[in-house]
Amino acid sequence: MHGWLVNSKSVGTSSGERQMKELRLGQDQNSEVDFEQIVRDNIAWMLAVAQRILKDRSLSEDAVQVAFSKIYRNLDGFEGRSSLRTWMHRFVVNEALMLLRKQKRINEQPIDPLLPEFDHNGCRADDPFKLPKTSEDHLQSRQVREIMKEKIDALPDQYRIVLVLRDIEEMSTSEVAKALELSEANVKVRLHRARAALKKLLEPMMRGGAL
Amino acid sequence: MKRTAQTLKRRMHGVMFKFPGMITCNEFEDFILAYLEDELPPTRKRVFELHLRVCKSCRLYLAAYKRTLAATKASRKDYDELEASVPEDLIAAILAAKES
Repeated sequence: MHGWLVNSKSVGTSSGERQMKELRLGQDQNSEVDFEQIVRDNIAWMLAVAQRILKDRSLSEDAVQVAFSKIYRNLDGFEGRSSLRTWMHRFVVNEALMLLRKQKRINEQPIDPLLPEFDHNGCRADDPFKLPKTSEDHLQSRQVREIMKEKIDALPDQYRIVLVLRDIEEMSTSEVAKALELSEANVKVRLHRARAALKKLLEPMMRGGAL
Repeated sequence: MKRTAQTLKRRMHGVMFKFPGMITCNEFEDFILAYLEDELPPTRKRVFELHLRVCKSCRLYLAAYKRTLAATKASRKDYDELEASVPEDLIAAILAAKES
């Protein structure tokens, strides 16, 4: 669990790092106040990460609670080589993945029906379509984001998790491979299939100009 | 009629993609991830881009694939709007349980 590489793309919070240093120095005295501030400053995004993985608010709160407990007990492990947010990120991802593995309602639907089809010559058999123009603003609109959440959540879990960790959490292939105990080659295969399947699920919206 | 034209076009492509230095759409599919991450060796990248130039289906497919990826990355913002909905009792529970 502690063998993660750091993600240089994650956002750092210098005030958070200062808080963490102060908290370590005075852990027996004013730590209650300092730790509370760290919780308040970081709980929203940590809940968001857990929800992306677990798709369940109640389970996400459990994951965040355990993650904060481990963060508190591992304060000495934060050496400032990565941002505080990067360091905390791994705790909440690991707890969420652990809870996901314990779930009996994992979506193990086959992904094959959502993958592109080819004829005996190796040519695409799917009906091609011209993509309507759109703007970055439109992709970030609430309407599109709601569509994306629904369609991402519809992917089989073993593919959805890889897509969430790589494309939304912006973890590297090696970080995802370590977290999921997969080979890097397997992560890449699953990521490509997840993107291709998601594209298929989004096609009606893209053809209609909604995306 | 449209279906017949598409079938004929696919047959012609099927023959063309067997030429030296060419790949099929199926093989093109296998290289997409590495191409977008700039991990293809130069020779394979040239072959990939040659296929992209001659195959409209794969050009359209790749454009939709990229749109999907951009929309996925943009969806991250959705979850950053949770800040207003963090319950106080969760914070209290975290603080109470931090050393358990």
